[in-house]
Amino acid sequence: MRPLIDMRSIQKSFGTNIVLNGVDFEVLPGEVHALMGENGAGKSTLIKVLTGIYDRDGGTIVVNGRDVHYRHPKEAERDGIVVIHQELNIIPTLTVAENIFLGREPKIGRTGVIRYKEMEQQAAAHLRRLGMDLNPRELAGRLSVGKQQMIEIARAISTNAKCLIMDEPTAALTEREIQALFSVIQTLKEQGIAIVYISHRMEEIFTICDRISVLRDGQFIGTKRVKETNVDEIVQMMVGRQIGERFPKRRVTIGEERLRVERLTKIGVFENVSFSVRAGEVLGVAGLMGSGRTEIMEAIFGARPFDEGDIYIDGRPVRIRSPRQAVEHGIAMITEDRKQKGLVLEMSVHENLTLPKLEQLATAGFIQSSKERDVVLSFIHLLNIKTSSPDLAVKALSGGNQQKVVFGKWLAMNPRILILDEPTRGVDVGAKKEIYEIINELAAQGVAIVMVSSELPEVLGMSDRVMVIHEGNVQAVLENDGLDQETIMRAATGGNR
Amino acid sequence: MMEAKRKWDVKKLGPLIGLVLLCMVLSVLSDDFLTMDNWLNLLRQVSINALIAFGMTFVILTGGIDLSVGSVLALSSAITAGMMAQGINGFVAIFVGLLAGTAMGVLNGVLITKGKVAPFIATLATMTAFRGLTLVYTDGRPVTGFASSDILFQMMGRGYFFGIPVPIILMLVVYLVLYIALKKTTFGRHTYAIGGNEEASRLSGLRVDRLKMYVYALTGALSALAGLILTSRLNSAQPTAGTAYELDAIAAVVLGGTSLSGGKGWIFGTLVGALMIGVLNNGLNLLNVSSFYQQVIKGAVILLAVLLDRRKEA
Repeated sequence: MRPLIDMRSIQKSFGTNIVLNGVDFEVLPGEVHALMGENGAGKSTLIKVLTGIYDRDGGTIVVNGRDVHYRHPKEAERDGIVVIHQELNIIPTLTVAENIFLGREPKIGRTGVIRYKEMEQQAAAHLRRLGMDLNPRELAGRLSVGKQQMIEIARAISTNAKCLIMDEPTAALTEREIQALFSVIQTLKEQGIAIVYISHRMEEIFTICDRISVLRDGQFIGTKRVKETNVDEIVQMMVGRQIGERFPKRRVTIGEERLRVERLTKIGVFENVSFSVRAGEVLGVAGLMGSGRTEIMEAIFGARPFDEGDIYIDGRPVRIRSPRQAVEHGIAMITEDRKQKGLVLEMSVHENLTLPKLEQLATAGFIQSSKERDVVLSFIHLLNIKTSSPDLAVKALSGGNQQKVVFGKWLAMNPRILILDEPTRGVDVGAKKEIYEIINELAAQGVAIVMVSSELPEVLGMSDRVMVIHEGNVQAVLENDGLDQETIMRAATGGNR
Repeated sequence: MMEAKRKWDVKKLGPLIGLVLLCMVLSVLSDDFLTMDNWLNLLRQVSINALIAFGMTFVILTGGIDLSVGSVLALSSAITAGMMAQGINGFVAIFVGLLAGTAMGVLNGVLITKGKVAPFIATLATMTAFRGLTLVYTDGRPVTGFASSDILFQMMGRGYFFGIPVPIILMLVVYLVLYIALKKTTFGRHTYAIGGNEEASRLSGLRVDRLKMYVYALTGALSALAGLILTSRLNSAQPTAGTAYELDAIAAVVLGGTSLSGGKGWIFGTLVGALMIGVLNNGLNLLNVSSFYQQVIKGAVILLAVLLDRRKEA
């Protein structure tokens, strides 16, 4: 079969920094091809070279048997290559149909008056082709992220796309939406449309993809058929070494009860949530997205009001009405959304690291620079944060290193209770393991840890017990002893306890 | 990395280079420009806008804006002048005036943090209301009749200290204090953090509302101080004093390179920005440019400066 896209010996450098060095990448019609590699391996650069955002320094790109050199993503789109970014390009105040046809609206002659009826019918037709039943007149902003993504896919196929490049398409989706996306991908495949699937989630890749290409440090490492490889081999290709156990072992003696939550209720969001965590224990929290997991954690941290319920720390009732009070009680929370809620992106690594505890590094309001410097350097070292300087803006770091800064920022205050919400989202394999080690080390020091995660292998690999949330209720609390993913999923979808 | 850092520093020097160039052109065009007398006069004029703009810098760094500064200036001036016209001791009158300005700033802060009104709207409303209160209080007439009543008050606008006009000294002292506050204290760091990412700051346990309150209170106090200097110089409190001063203050902040979206900026830039506006006003007057054209030129210079700044960022 003739490849749809054939990239050979692609070279690209920024200054003296070689980011792509002789990369080959080939996409066949109708295949789902995963592009993998740690953050910084060159995946996004490769896609940007393909679609003309970056000019290549060397190599050839053949699309449909024709040599191409796009100078703008619009030119790539004309040849049917469309990128669907992680951050969706949806205008929430416009309707589904208006979004699908944005900039290409069918008009009456040259008047600029839109033929709404025709546009809506066509939009509905494209959505049906994806097996989606969406009202074209619905406002896009009222739809879930999963459905908004369908709008983008519909927009792509309405331009006769031959190849969709999806960047972390499942990062913000619920389990059910992921299943819907996978069936759409299957449909597209049957129609001969190729998908380039960029993701860190091994389980998904092995479910949906046909082939996997791996990049490491700008080098092309190889392409494998999914049927002929396994997770360990791919991980080894990505990191260039064996990383051993994905989840490091932990030896901890679990101590006294640290945190107890009783009958925590926010009407319409979560109800009667009761649980406890002990010193040195990791309580995994599983549940579908939208089940109320995040909301419960935010309520405990004082970031969101609740109607009823009590919180006890070391057996004593506490009143927490703001994050500040939570911090004063020794609770730290690493939020799900690192960029919106975790970091001040424009500020330096150094300034982010000391943000929650700056007052303790100051005398009469004056920051003690040398003291601050020592703390910063010790955490950069302790957490192995890869930054060229403590004064570098934190937005310049990779996802994994940004997440380590978030950890460092909270560790600096010596928390007694640590709430983690998706601690490894958007973090590459190598850094993931480092984060697991940090979590284990904290548990060993006697910190009580509550870890919310959508990745079941992570929940199983890290937790002592697992609490499953379903529609705002605690569906089950399970000892992690011979526990498997099926049992958790059954509880998370409302099955029997 | 070292290279990147140096580039950043050069970029920050942009406003200063602009100011130096402007001064060089004006010193060629006018013989009077580079004289000591002219500069003392110029700096004395700049001090009023600079004081307001210093406060505005903090507000803008938190991602806010304060349109009410001119009205705060007028109302607090009228209060102080009114008290002195009734024979109340100057020290007390000054204190009450500054307190009134601070209180008006606190009101802005309460509306913005507790009332959750957007800063633009909240201060637009108080700008109108404070101006109205000024007109009510003064009955629309200038407050006078305290000509030689108090030496302390006289000093604020017209006094000299070692040959330097007091307003200039006040401006420099306030600048120094705020420079250190921004650079060395938790208050300054938190100001940047809240402007950079308010939600992340709140979740880091920062007292976001309280800090915003401080920032608007500071701006109110500095607007009142600027008003007292102005009143002392003119020897009367005009009910229309300070009209459109918010625009000059915002222009100074922006010329200095502080981002209107918050989180990025510095107070040295604001000082330079205020000087640029002052130098331009002064130079155009020396060159006898008509006041109509002066506005056109000022607008063009602001645009040019901001456009150059954008280009560097791209």
